[in-house]
Amino acid sequence: MRSKKIFDIITLFFSLSYLAIFLLFLFELAINSQLTWKMYGFQFIIGTRWDPNKNIFGALPFIYGTIVTSALSLALSFPIGIGTAIFLSEVIDQRISELLTEVIELIAGIPSVVIGLWGIFYLVPFVKNFLEPMLSCLSFIPLFSSQGVSGLSVMSAILVLSFMITPFIAVTTKSALDSVPEDLKEAMYSLGAHKYEVITYVSLPYIKKAIVSGTMLAFGRAFGETMAVTMVIGNMPTIALSLFSPGYTIPAVIANELTEAIAQLHISSLIFLALILEIMSITTIFVERLIIRKW
Amino acid sequence: MVSTKDIKDSLLNIFATLSFTVVMITLLLIVGTTIIRGIKAINLDFFFALPNPPGQPGGGILNAIVGSLILVVISMSISIPVALAVAIYLYRSRNMGLKELIRVANGALGGTPSIVAGVFVYLMVVVPITGFSALAGALALSFLATPAMVSIFEEALKLVPHEILEAAVSLGVEDWKVLLFVIVREALPMILSGILIALGRIIGETAPLIFTAFGSPSLNLDPTQPTSALPLLIYNYAMSPWKDWQEKAWGAAFVLTILELLIYLLSRRISKR
Repeated sequence: MRSKKIFDIITLFFSLSYLAIFLLFLFELAINSQLTWKMYGFQFIIGTRWDPNKNIFGALPFIYGTIVTSALSLALSFPIGIGTAIFLSEVIDQRISELLTEVIELIAGIPSVVIGLWGIFYLVPFVKNFLEPMLSCLSFIPLFSSQGVSGLSVMSAILVLSFMITPFIAVTTKSALDSVPEDLKEAMYSLGAHKYEVITYVSLPYIKKAIVSGTMLAFGRAFGETMAVTMVIGNMPTIALSLFSPGYTIPAVIANELTEAIAQLHISSLIFLALILEIMSITTIFVERLIIRKW
Repeated sequence: MVSTKDIKDSLLNIFATLSFTVVMITLLLIVGTTIIRGIKAINLDFFFALPNPPGQPGGGILNAIVGSLILVVISMSISIPVALAVAIYLYRSRNMGLKELIRVANGALGGTPSIVAGVFVYLMVVVPITGFSALAGALALSFLATPAMVSIFEEALKLVPHEILEAAVSLGVEDWKVLLFVIVREALPMILSGILIALGRIIGETAPLIFTAFGSPSLNLDPTQPTSALPLLIYNYAMSPWKDWQEKAWGAAFVLTILELLIYLLSRRISKR
């Protein structure tokens, strides 16, 4: 009996420590960004200038860059990911589909720094020499107005993020599609329904929870991604409407500046940015749970 | 006769096939380039020599290979026992409130962007205690590996059939022995594949290492000193102006990709069994 007690105490101890580390984590981020909060307050979040040399810190360019890159890459990845899942689950033969799914799953695990490496050497030149001239006919739309000289741009960041999250959306949606009961689909078919009807009226509604949670997770990955984005976005703290101009994101500026920051206010501002990112991440998870519970 | 419904059916097929093709082409382009350019950079020196001074061609990436190994071993030996203990607690405890709290914390930790984990370890360990060090890097990686392992381990324990548990208890085996020697053993394949999934994730992580392990051009076996790692080296070399270093970045990317492939295949094999 005593050994059982000891065993229970050990697991309880680890669990409580684990909980304590989580609280300590939030506390540390909050306490170490105090200086910036005292100095700027809410002004920090809407401040548009970031100039460490002059000790001026405003977070908006990073918040803007983070949200624009992750939201637009999600908008690009979502339909393609769902389409790929439908292809794997409903269009081709089961056995080939198993194999192809494994290939996509495997590639989804490629480290982001490798995607970033590819981005620098192939994607960035592609955006500069091909994509930007091609879309120049749309340059009357501010989003596509030509700006870039190097190809290091918000557009490149959106594309690398899409490469990373599309396989993820495809794989999660595919495994959900496979879980739709056959008899539901058979019933529809026996009533003379077409495939697109079965998919749009039965399969997709049946797995809407899985789609929402997969998409939210993909969104979280996109805005938390550091390496691939840092390597291709150009790292300029500006807010430009054009997708072909350089930008900056929260993870990228932390990665670039934290080791070199000397001024207390600079360090504290970077940690404030980390706190904002963590709050975004927790909010995403919370909203996902809420949606899933409501349905 | 072709009805509008038939047309919609074909449109759906075309859309699905096109999506798949786009995904496959981009992914194969990335993998293909990494393989072709990576193999060119690889020779015996690449694996067994240390880097030459910046700008001087030749040399290898031994520092990064050893560094990655050290980081992964330390972080796994922290994460596995912690995750197992927490998962066992979640499996056994009847304290619903505390369990829910731990699950919420685990979910939030699991979603934490990797760079933020690095910031936390920088504040807690690097600045006050060790400075840039392999130990700090390993802790940052543990921070990312543990939450995923907790949920996979808990799932693995729950999947053990109740008959096995009842059989062991009816034989009069002590409760905690049943847990360790019967349930954990039964769940072992899934636990191992969970470990491999976490391993695959952290071996490619770069962001949390930038201001913890920091990187180092020399071979370092002391965990209190800064160390290089494969992903860190890829990042630094890719952004460098030297052609030779850029080629080495492709070589290291190839090695990392092959490692991911092996880890993935192994975890598939184990979980299928």
